[in-house]
Amino acid sequence: MTPAQLADQAAALAHKATILAQNAAGFAAQAAAHAPHGAPLIDLFAIFVMAVFVGYYVIWSVTPALHSPLLAVTNAISSVIIVGAMLATGLKGGYAAHAFGFIAVLLASVNIVGGFLVTQRMLAMFKKKAK
Amino acid sequence: MNYATDPGITLAYLVAAVLFILALRGLSHPETARRGNLLGMAGMAIAALATLAHPAMLLSGVGLIVLGVVIGGAIGAVVARRVNMTALPQLVAAFHSLVGLAAVFVAASALNAPQSFGIGTPGHLHLESLIEMSLGLSIGAVTFTGAVIAFAKLQALMSGAPINFPGQHKLNLGLGILLVVLIIAFVASGGSQMLFWIIAALALALGVLLIIPIGGADMPVVISMLNSYSGWAAAGIGFTISNIALIVTGALVGSSGAILSYIMCKGMNRSIINVLLGGFGTDAAAAAGPAGAAGDKAVKIGSAEDASFIMSNASKVIIVPGYGMAVAQAQHAVREMSDLLKGAGVEVKYAIHPVAGRMPGHMNVLLAEAQVPYDEVFELEEINNEFSTADVVYVIGANDVTNPAAKTNAASPIYGMPILEVDKAKTVLFVKRSMASGYAGVDNELFFRDNTMMLFGDAKKMTEEIVQSLGK
Repeated sequence: MTPAQLADQAAALAHKATILAQNAAGFAAQAAAHAPHGAPLIDLFAIFVMAVFVGYYVIWSVTPALHSPLLAVTNAISSVIIVGAMLATGLKGGYAAHAFGFIAVLLASVNIVGGFLVTQRMLAMFKKKAK
Repeated sequence: MNYATDPGITLAYLVAAVLFILALRGLSHPETARRGNLLGMAGMAIAALATLAHPAMLLSGVGLIVLGVVIGGAIGAVVARRVNMTALPQLVAAFHSLVGLAAVFVAASALNAPQSFGIGTPGHLHLESLIEMSLGLSIGAVTFTGAVIAFAKLQALMSGAPINFPGQHKLNLGLGILLVVLIIAFVASGGSQMLFWIIAALALALGVLLIIPIGGADMPVVISMLNSYSGWAAAGIGFTISNIALIVTGALVGSSGAILSYIMCKGMNRSIINVLLGGFGTDAAAAAGPAGAAGDKAVKIGSAEDASFIMSNASKVIIVPGYGMAVAQAQHAVREMSDLLKGAGVEVKYAIHPVAGRMPGHMNVLLAEAQVPYDEVFELEEINNEFSTADVVYVIGANDVTNPAAKTNAASPIYGMPILEVDKAKTVLFVKRSMASGYAGVDNELFFRDNTMMLFGDAKKMTEEIVQSLGK
């Protein structure tokens, strides 16, 4: 095999590889378009079910004396919904999405700051007997 | 790139979720609770900052977000600082409503810009995303208006009395079924804007209808239940946008509210269905039976001087606070009274019924505010055996939770409810404004017993008079 033939074959091979890579990229793009989420629904659902169990045991261990702070702090943490609101506001998406996102950011912020601060205020009042 | 696949951001959300679990875990004891709360704040900061650091964030968007956080945060800070501790139940209800409304708006935003969350293109959203979105939307909307009604009842903007009308439950059931049908149509449409807003409107109406039949004194259950709803709404949105921080937190909050609702219902010996169907406390007086003859029987009426004399001669006093103490803002006077008694060598303890007040743990916070040490405050199971060794029980603003009819009268609407067994003490002092029955509409036979002394008057004024008399 002459060096010229070898070069030709290598060029052909490279060309094929390029086409294959293009195809692969095309398939990957298609697959990405079909894949609804970063993680499949069943994975998220598994996390959810486990978290319900964690919640069950953690909440039963909360002392009844602190049930009011519990309500206030759960209010604050459930406002982690702000991450969805932030993405809606900050990513490219049109006026409607940005406006709705902004309102949600505002509402969730009231809750986060208000919820954590009022919990802190309540907890600061719980004192032991001075000896 | 889809943000949900960025491992760095996902890791940050995971850390936030773990910190939230630790925040709740801290609440198992007052000493660890404050640190827990700080961990919760840290978790929130991590989740928010990781989201802001997303590479595709527009600069204008970041500006808008900061603006929203500053305005919202300022409002939250002012409210949290100013709110009166007696008004906590209203505040919590208001906060619940905001979580619900935020869920509605995030869902609306995801419908308009699904590509931001990698769930399809406008009008062509993925099937499961549509299901998750409509669940988040409807639970969020129900939470919003339900919490607004709860707020209005607690703030006395509307009557706390149950609102009933014929066919109420059938109407609610019909609307519930309609909601499911609409959700199916919405999912089949691939994300129709019109159907989305019809679902929102229907769920908003349903939130109002579900809460109006529930009476003011059942608010501890309502608040816990709305807490649970707000959690499930958050989880629904979490699924829609594949966010694990939101899914985990939603699950935690959802189970928290469900457990609190269960504890509250058990404290009243009623099923959650019974509470939700509402109407409690309206026609109950008719079922009270023989106790209706209150006018014929004599009660012993005492003065503040009598009360202070009896208590200063006791060796053990148990104080039983109820919602009436919160209404009269009498907690500080009560603490002064117990300080004077303790100074005179009397042992003083507090006994709290699970459903005392308008939200779970309400009395504990009010007593803590009045600087009552938490190790003097006991729950029902912890202290119920001690009433037989107490010389005096001072019942202030509580009624139904002490009524022996719950154990003896099978015809009573409160039959089977766990009560504080104050009747076992040597003397019971009852601070009440009048002979009116409690919210269950039942007379309390305790009032007519030989060892009971009624102290008629405002809870705060009466306690202050006792304090004066003790100080002499």
